[in-house]
Amino acid sequence: MEEPQWANVKHPRIDFQSISYYSAPKARKKLASMDEVDPELLRTFEKLGVPMNERAKLAGVAVDVIFDSVSVATTYKAKLAEVGIIFCSISEAVHQCPDLIKQYLGTVVPIGDNYYAALNSAVFTDGSFCFIPKDVKCPMDLSTYFRINTESSGQFERTLIVAEEGASVSYLEGCTAPKFDTNQLHAAVVELVALDNADIKYSTVQNWYAGDENGVGGIYNFVTKRGLCKGVSSRISWTQVETGSAITWKYPSCVLRGDNSVGEFYSVALTNHHQQADTGTKMIHMGRNTRSTIVSKGISAGQSNNSYRGLVRIAPTAAGARNYSQCDSMLIGDRCSANTFPYIQVNNPSAKVEHEASTSKIGEDQLFYFAQRGIGAEEAVSMIINGFCKDVFQQLPMEFAVEATKLLGLKLEGSVG
Amino acid sequence: MIGADSKTLLEARGLHATVNGIEILKGMNLTVKTGEVHAIMGPNGSGKSTFAKVLAGHPAYEVTAGEVLLEGKDLFELKPEERARAGVFLGFQYPIEIPGVANSQFLRLAYNTVQAQRGKDELDPLEFDDFVRERMKLLEMNPDFLDRSVNEGFSGGEKKRNEILQMALLEPKLAILDETDSGLDIDALRVVAGGVNQLANENNAIVLVTHYQRLLNYIVPDYVHVMESGRIVKTGGKELAVELETRGYEWVAGATVAAGAAA
Repeated sequence: MEEPQWANVKHPRIDFQSISYYSAPKARKKLASMDEVDPELLRTFEKLGVPMNERAKLAGVAVDVIFDSVSVATTYKAKLAEVGIIFCSISEAVHQCPDLIKQYLGTVVPIGDNYYAALNSAVFTDGSFCFIPKDVKCPMDLSTYFRINTESSGQFERTLIVAEEGASVSYLEGCTAPKFDTNQLHAAVVELVALDNADIKYSTVQNWYAGDENGVGGIYNFVTKRGLCKGVSSRISWTQVETGSAITWKYPSCVLRGDNSVGEFYSVALTNHHQQADTGTKMIHMGRNTRSTIVSKGISAGQSNNSYRGLVRIAPTAAGARNYSQCDSMLIGDRCSANTFPYIQVNNPSAKVEHEASTSKIGEDQLFYFAQRGIGAEEAVSMIINGFCKDVFQQLPMEFAVEATKLLGLKLEGSVG
Repeated sequence: MIGADSKTLLEARGLHATVNGIEILKGMNLTVKTGEVHAIMGPNGSGKSTFAKVLAGHPAYEVTAGEVLLEGKDLFELKPEERARAGVFLGFQYPIEIPGVANSQFLRLAYNTVQAQRGKDELDPLEFDDFVRERMKLLEMNPDFLDRSVNEGFSGGEKKRNEILQMALLEPKLAILDETDSGLDIDALRVVAGGVNQLANENNAIVLVTHYQRLLNYIVPDYVHVMESGRIVKTGGKELAVELETRGYEWVAGATVAAGAAA
């Protein structure tokens, strides 16, 4: 296979031989509870601003911690087990429920799907597995904090979420990473399967190290995320707030196979300094009366480059399918760029596809208007950006929405004024 | 409404300013005391709006000479937002649209920022809602305004009301109203002028920048200044505005040329 070249990003050729394909924290013994977790590890989490244990308890969130490829703690497992939900590391799942893994793993993203998915499929060591049995509504938001903490450690996470008939789950994925100088490749694969009437909501706030102001260092985030609406009237909703990484290459997609199934993609992608993002979604309509919504908000600052790339495909079988896409770009300063690459393929005459796009710029006059009312530039930009992203933030769970709002303000600090 | 202990609020001396390298203000002088209402009139391009924007600190304008003191302190030492917090308010000729930002949110942030500067209590969204609705009655504004994006899709008259509402909330010491009367029909003009009159008191001052005498029937100025080529060429009482209306700006320009020749 060849590395894909079509994305609107530039980076030196990756030396795949120099990547360490497996790295684990030093304290390796199996842990039964949070108390046994290496205090050094907990301190790292503290520094990152994630008081994990408290947060998990207070917010009622079960956290499956991934720390350099090995899961070290899983909370709330018992409570989830009561209703039959399995939420564990994928390595554990391979041992404990091999039948489910065999049945679903690789069915949404085949091993040869694309270059980076193939790499992941070949070398992944761990990740998360979540199974919601028939008619169970998951009683809490499930959350995984991914961390990358060893220099030059490639991370090849694998996530599989299966919601059976009538089940529903909301899954949160949040990411931050400490500062490093060398580029780190992250090539994860996430697969979602929704059976009849099932509902999966997958939310991401991504804030990996983006490199310094001169574009040195930072994470390469080349991720394949795809959901299969396998059953009738099933629904898969992706919400992402992408603020980190030197390069983001990511297209959370929905394959709408079941009749009346629904796919959604809500995205905020912010790039600053020398960051590059080529992100969007694919909505593949196969079933009858399938519906999809795409709301993409791109914010570019500094000398960054931010592209939306989206495919809406209506198969001949998808009678009555509908899609609505909205792609808005906002520019801050005059050295950044924003691009929109919509691909629309309609093969059924009864389909309805709408695409709207806009580009705006935070201008001197807007900032002056705020200033004249006593409001400084940073606060003004934060208010304009939050207004711009409102439609996406509304989709996030409350706690995440607050975090995302703060994060955007933080990322844009010093980019105006 | 000039009180007995009226103080000097603003003093502009020999002010020169350029935009895109073109000199617009050429030796502007103006002194404003508390309790006073000034009207600055003059033909298009005479520098009225430039003067207003320079005072507020618009980044496109560069001050090349002269000074402006606000309560005895150098105004140009302050950033635009600091001038606003110090009590300088500019009512925009063309208020800026800010899509996606709710008017209520914007107004509250502005209000709380200025309140904090004055060491007063900030208001939470519920308290502010009560407060702002009360102030909106002054301008006969529909409460719908609060939920709409700042100035987005507002008619000309609605935008101008929104400006005066902001003045009512921020209670500035010096309010410079740039062509607030343009785009207003006669009823809206009456309401907006009524609002301004209620806000004027002996501790603040108002500078009206206008083309027409019409506004001055509703807001009666203590002084009328006529600008020409970047400076004030004539100052008089309210009767000067009436005279201008009948005789036109050329009359003033002609008079100054004649005066210059005589000197």
